[in-house]
Amino acid sequence: MSTMLEVTDLGHRYGDHTAIDRLSFTVAAGELVCIVGPSGCGKSTLLRTLSGLVASTTGHVALHGDEVRGVPDDLAVVFQDYSRSLFPWLTVQRNVEFPLKRKVSRAERRARAAEALEWVGLSGAGAKYPWQLSGGMQQRVAIARALAYRPALLLMDEPFASVDAQTRFELEDLLLRVRREHDTTILLVTHDIDESVYLGDRVLVLSKSPATIVANLKVDLPAERDQITTRESDTFVALRAETARLLHGGGTVRPRVQADPEGVAARFLAAERAEQAAQASKRHAAQN
Amino acid sequence: MRRLRSAASGWIVLLVLVVLWETATRIAGSLYFPPPSQIAETARQMWFSGPVSSLFLTDVVFEDLFASVARMLGGWAIAGVLGVALGVLLGRSATAMDYCGPIISFLRAIPPPTLVPVFLALFTLGTPMQLATIVFGTIWPILLNSVDGARSVDETKTETARAFRVSTVDWIFGVVLPAASPKIFAGLRISLSLSLVLMVISELVGSTEGIGYRLLYSQRQYDFPAMWASIVLLGVLGFLFNTGLSAIERRVLAWQPAHRQAALAAGTGA
Ligand SMILES: Nc1ncnc2c1ncn2[C@@H]1O[C@H](COP(=O)(O)OP(=O)(O)O)[C@@H](O)[C@H]1O
Ligand SMILES: [Mg+2]
Repeated sequence: MSTMLEVTDLGHRYGDHTAIDRLSFTVAAGELVCIVGPSGCGKSTLLRTLSGLVASTTGHVALHGDEVRGVPDDLAVVFQDYSRSLFPWLTVQRNVEFPLKRKVSRAERRARAAEALEWVGLSGAGAKYPWQLSGGMQQRVAIARALAYRPALLLMDEPFASVDAQTRFELEDLLLRVRREHDTTILLVTHDIDESVYLGDRVLVLSKSPATIVANLKVDLPAERDQITTRESDTFVALRAETARLLHGGGTVRPRVQADPEGVAARFLAAERAEQAAQASKRHAAQN
Repeated sequence: MRRLRSAASGWIVLLVLVVLWETATRIAGSLYFPPPSQIAETARQMWFSGPVSSLFLTDVVFEDLFASVARMLGGWAIAGVLGVALGVLLGRSATAMDYCGPIISFLRAIPPPTLVPVFLALFTLGTPMQLATIVFGTIWPILLNSVDGARSVDETKTETARAFRVSTVDWIFGVVLPAASPKIFAGLRISLSLSLVLMVISELVGSTEGIGYRLLYSQRQYDFPAMWASIVLLGVLGFLFNTGLSAIERRVLAWQPAHRQAALAAGTGA
């Protein structure tokens, strides 16, 4: 497999605060790589530097072999905050078409947008405005917009962190289906351990701020995944525990005797979920 | 249904007031306060007694009303284009408002009518002077609201547009202006009312035609029904323009859920 993204010694500092510190990794074409790290560790900063939205302080990024300077032409981003990343004055169809204006003719834009909306199961919603849709549907619009753009690399910044658990499962499966059918290369950032293991071909575990890569785990799960059976499988459970341990320990190897790894993982997960719930309710309060 | 009823009850109150006014002025018999029926009759003679070929409109309509309205809307439109363009430029620049903010605050604090003599000296009597007065007086609400609106584009939208490498034209016309449009409309609406006021003032001072001129002329001739007819006409014009702009606003901002609710709650949406 050819290398789609090659990151070497990438670092970014805000003033004298180091957000990410000399990260190196690669993403192969067609791969779905998850980057998991605690909140505030620098995940969004990493995606911003990768996409050229902010200039890195050190290191290089190469996309299909070309050094990235500024925003590359064939890269799409899906942000966590779908309610802000979609344009409320455009219909769903127009939202998906909008980034294509620069690239293709009007007829082709229409066709591509309709096609991408069909991929995410929103064929009937093209004429609606984003606020007429549920949060999960809005995020599907954002995914359709990214897919219609036909990027070489799709970057996703905690794309499912703002939807409820049920919708999150649906969107995860939708993403897996879409990338399988259309052979998309995806780099997805999340703070949810389960999600990273469930979605990824590989999981890169980041340390607390400043972010460094503490592990590069291959996910040995079958390509077909299922929300219930996959999550029950021993491989999944073991991987999840290992990821949690790595995150929790920040990379230092812990003596095995002390572990009860499941317990650590469970506590960590409970804490993460609680934080998410708190964030969600804050957002909810802010919206009202 | 509720909207209809609340609109109807508003008109009923107006009607009752007119009837009361009619009765009161007839009883009082004051020269300065002619009854509404007389004002209406004068208005009919002045403006609506023309030949069929011009839809019963008299020459006075073409000379006064159309001239006034053209100047008012012309000035307002110029202020709109300039105000939005400058406002978006200033609003999207990180530092421009730091430099221009104080000047703008100072300029907008000058009561526009006081500049009529200046514009009179600068331009000839008539339309250029009047346009200058209207533009200068109405540009500030539009400009400042555009600045605010242009700044209201949130970080996520900015980054989305940049990540998709949206062209500058699409960025300005597809993102910044729509995001700013609710604010821009708020500014346009304030300015529309101001432009009516300034149109009258500029005509009172230096004009040989227009509604303001007609108003002053009637007063000097002690033709009080005609004076009142002009006043009523100005009220009607203000009402019509506001209603028209509200209708346009409702259409243009239909995408805004909040706007829909506000429009519904306000009954007529004016
Ligand atoms: N624009 C910025 N200026 C200064 N510091 C920032 C900025 N953006 C993020 N940071 C800081 O960098 C760190 C990493 O932030 P971020 O990349 O958003 O983390 P994450 O996405 O993992 O939650 C945080 O400590 C945050 O406060
Ligand atoms: Mg983040």
